[in-house]
Amino acid sequence: MTAVLEVEALSCGYGPVPVLHDVEFTVPAGTVTAVLGANGAGKTTLLRTLSGLLRPTGGRVRYAGEDLRGVRVEHLVRRGLAHVPEGRGVVTELTVAENLRLGGLWRRDRADARRAQDEVYELFPALARRRDHAGHQLSGGERQMLAIGRALIARPRLLLLDEPSLGLAPKVAAQIMALLRRLRDERGLTVLLVEQNVRTALSVADQGIVMSLGRVVTAAPAARLRDDDQLRHAYLGF
Amino acid sequence: MTSTPTEIAPAAPSPLRRLLPGAPAGREARGSTLLRHLAVAVFVGTLVVLVTNQLAPYQNLQVARVCAFLCVTAGHTVLVGLNGQLSLGHGALMATGAYTMALTQQALDERAVRGWWTLPASLLAAVAVTALGGLVVGLAAARLRGPYLAGVTLAVATLVPAVTTIFTGVFNGEQGLPFPAQTPPAALGAYFQPERWLAWIALAAALLTMLLLANLVRSRFGRSLRAVRDDEVAARLAGIPVARTQVLAFVVSAACAGLGGGVYAMLTATVAPGKFPLDLSLFLLMAIVIGGLGSLAGAVWGAVLLVALQDLPGLLTEHLSLSAGLAQRLEGNLALAVFGLVLIVVMLAAPGGIAGGVRAVRARLLAALRRRRATRSPDR
Repeated sequence: MTAVLEVEALSCGYGPVPVLHDVEFTVPAGTVTAVLGANGAGKTTLLRTLSGLLRPTGGRVRYAGEDLRGVRVEHLVRRGLAHVPEGRGVVTELTVAENLRLGGLWRRDRADARRAQDEVYELFPALARRRDHAGHQLSGGERQMLAIGRALIARPRLLLLDEPSLGLAPKVAAQIMALLRRLRDERGLTVLLVEQNVRTALSVADQGIVMSLGRVVTAAPAARLRDDDQLRHAYLGF
Repeated sequence: MTSTPTEIAPAAPSPLRRLLPGAPAGREARGSTLLRHLAVAVFVGTLVVLVTNQLAPYQNLQVARVCAFLCVTAGHTVLVGLNGQLSLGHGALMATGAYTMALTQQALDERAVRGWWTLPASLLAAVAVTALGGLVVGLAAARLRGPYLAGVTLAVATLVPAVTTIFTGVFNGEQGLPFPAQTPPAALGAYFQPERWLAWIALAAALLTMLLLANLVRSRFGRSLRAVRDDEVAARLAGIPVARTQVLAFVVSAACAGLGGGVYAMLTATVAPGKFPLDLSLFLLMAIVIGGLGSLAGAVWGAVLLVALQDLPGLLTEHLSLSAGLAQRLEGNLALAVFGLVLIVVMLAAPGGIAGGVRAVRARLLAALRRRRATRSPDR
């Protein structure tokens, strides 16, 4: 199986404060990988570094075999790496339709961008109903759907998702996880999923990466993480 | 929400729709945006031309001034309202356009170059030079946010008029630069009112600016502008180059200010630093806020206000018998005071500015009308 993302000895921090220390892992193509860990483990920082919002202080990231050093955020999307940030990613002043069109603004193939929009409406009938509503009028779940939809317009190969279940009703969170599973199975989308809600994340993930204090402590198949009581108690808290 | 399944189903896009750049999809799409704007521009243009035929010279000059200011306020409101970059320096950009206009006209006149094309060429030079100035400020602005950006543009606003008094050899200091006035073409008759001709030129410039901007804000670029304003991170993650969008917005806005400045200079056939004080930059900002930030209709209101309030002290002293001392004091300060008051009232009563207020009233009227129609024909 080829790896879509290879992270080698990645370090990053905010100013003088180091957050990530020599993080290493790979994300195989067509899988869902969950990044798990407690508050402050560096999960969000990891995603922000991967998508270029933060500059790494060491190590490197390879995406589809290419070194991502020096590639600007807005160009990463064009290469098929989409990031849905935590609680963000929706321009609240624009309507649902405008937000979705935003995701395809840079695309040359407008007909396909439009087709992608229709597909998103098919995936999320709730969004289709609220097409002309501004972003700030949406519920939390709808907003999360819109953020994911916006990312999907770019037809990504790799989707970075930061806490998609945050603040959502368990039922809505489950719907989003089911959607991720569907996208993986039907389109071969690769997903890197950051979650605090371990149960939710492991329900969909193929592989889990456990982080603690900026380091990767374990990388294992999701089934093993679910079953290994010791690991669960030590790092995942249930 | 009462949505029927037919509403949800995405309408099949006609193959023609893809050929029309930037036309909004969905409900708003009714024919081509460009054609619709063009029709409105032709209609408004004809109307104003008809009106100017009935007006006295001074009133025509006022129409011309509104049009000149409209070029500036429209570009300004796109930058501040749609892109969220606060510029306090648009008076200076206007001055840049005005001085470029004057210098070009003078140079052409000295070489005895005549012809109808000298005016558009000079205005084009004004637009180009000011756009270049906007590029420089915009490059700095793309790295700055909020109050810091306001500070830099404020410095520009004070710097540019000062430059004209330092390099007196080129700009002739406080006296300014006179250049030949525009005269109506002979084809219009020997007794054609010159002010009417000026008003027509200014109107053409304003309509062109409005037409271009109206299409721009509904294009992909317009959506990028708003996305960058609202959430830079989200915009970047959606693949929009944030810095380039911001610089481009500044260039477009500066180009409009340059055109407005050039036309403004043309009206009096002279430029002087005293015409572009810091106050002007502040007035411009207040005008677009009162008019309705980010709205081109609001820019029209703003331009009208700018001209109306400049004439207010004159009107007062004319119709009320005030002492000479009081009149002089009013002359300088009344406009600023009234502008400030109007700003406060508008912010409290209608945060969307005049344009926002008009929109709200219209929506309410339409809703009332619909309700009445519904009660009148309950069987449908």
